[in-house]
Amino acid sequence: MSYIQFDNVHKSFNGQSVLSGVDIRIDKGETVVVIGQSGCGKSVLIKHLMRLIEPDRGAVRFDDQDIALLHSRELIRMRRRIGLLFQSAALFDSLTVAENVGLGLRESRQYDREQIREIVMSKLELVGLVSAADKHPSELSGGMRKRVGLARAIATDPEVLLYDEPTTGLDPITADMINELIVQLNMRLHVTSIAVTHDMVSAYKVASRIIMLYDGRVEFDGSPEQVRSASNPIVQQFITGQAQGPIQVR
Amino acid sequence: MDYGLTVLGRRGVSFINRLGGLSIMLLRFLGSLREIPRSFGLIMEQFYLIGVKSLPLIVVISIFIGAVAAWQAAYQFKFIGAPLRLLGHAVGKAVVIELAPVLSALVFSGRVGAGIAAELGTMRVTEQIDALDALGINPVRYLVLPRVLACLLMVPMLVLFSNFVAIMGGLIVSVLGVNVSPETFLLGFKDSFKVGDFINGLIKAGVFGLLIGLVGCYEGFRAEGGAQGVGMATTSSVVISSVLVLVFNFIFAMLLFRI
Repeated sequence: MSYIQFDNVHKSFNGQSVLSGVDIRIDKGETVVVIGQSGCGKSVLIKHLMRLIEPDRGAVRFDDQDIALLHSRELIRMRRRIGLLFQSAALFDSLTVAENVGLGLRESRQYDREQIREIVMSKLELVGLVSAADKHPSELSGGMRKRVGLARAIATDPEVLLYDEPTTGLDPITADMINELIVQLNMRLHVTSIAVTHDMVSAYKVASRIIMLYDGRVEFDGSPEQVRSASNPIVQQFITGQAQGPIQVR
Repeated sequence: MDYGLTVLGRRGVSFINRLGGLSIMLLRFLGSLREIPRSFGLIMEQFYLIGVKSLPLIVVISIFIGAVAAWQAAYQFKFIGAPLRLLGHAVGKAVVIELAPVLSALVFSGRVGAGIAAELGTMRVTEQIDALDALGINPVRYLVLPRVLACLLMVPMLVLFSNFVAIMGGLIVSVLGVNVSPETFLLGFKDSFKVGDFINGLIKAGVFGLLIGLVGCYEGFRAEGGAQGVGMATTSSVVISSVLVLVFNFIFAMLLFRI
């Protein structure tokens, strides 16, 4: 039994199938990058692991548990073991950066105010944003927001980190800074990571394994080197960014 | 014909869907009541934002509610030849039983219900509600409980103020515009005053507050898309809660004032 398992996961929205039988197994400590076209269901896939979305058919298992069977308290406990960096960072705009990062800690009621402040500052230091602690999200650039989102995702020291398009919309330098952060965090925190992206530079930089989703299923699963040398025309078209080929542009 | 039936069917399904969603939201709100101590700070914040900050608006509309009630009553009295000493009686009854609870609730649904739907709708479409879930924080406890509880308790408090200010508004118009002495007006009001009417008005206000809070939260939670979705949620919240206020007001009238 793998640490994280997607077993024959199907999901449709308004009659349109997004995932049609996805099978993925991820072991502890792996850094898996899921690639695929925009709208192919990458974000939907990782949201299944937090049970923010429930599958129409199939099962998602985390640490030997079918997450569909978890009761609300168990679900909350499970979610605290996973950190999620949202595509838009999804920061709470009424809270400061420090309050955003510390919210999960405060609501877990396991720490006093001083301990929370200490943890928040240490996480902001990891992402290089100590000076922005008292700012509001509206005062931050896109890259800074992503870094705050990352600090919030790691605040509770999760075992698994999920990254939803971590570099989308960022300039190449900021995107590389985020990629470096992901690599460093994986090394320092020894977490299991799943990142979804269509940015191949990012995928090659952070992945120990790359999975390509196409047409609602896993089209390819292998190491970055295997992706680069894959003969599969769908994979080749995607990684080389060609408009012509078997992939239909939606 | 077929098209008409299809549209009617869709509307029917949508209505039942909404009714079910609102009922589930009510049950989840009731279930979260046991978490009041844990959410005390958030609840106090909403009491201030929803209750205290609505007070100036409620005061302004209440002055005019009382003023127009006094003016219209005096105008009708002139035609039927009723004595003006009954003005305080008429204004008092109208304000305490109907005008203050219903009009305050309608204005409240525009100010607070719309605000809740817009705020939560924006949080929904920008994934902030998903982020709460992802952090292991129950969004119903964190967002719905403080807002609905604040509506439930603050609308009666606002209606209490509205009653007082509206009577004062009626008094001012009666004295300055209709030449009724303050003593006559207040004597008429005192004669008409029944504690039962007053309490019924406050109970009604509590139910209206509950409806406005629930509808605002529900519409905000189900918002989707972007700015358009938030706009639709806000509009739906005001329309649905206003209609519900008037429907429930009629139900209260039938239950409390048997003919």
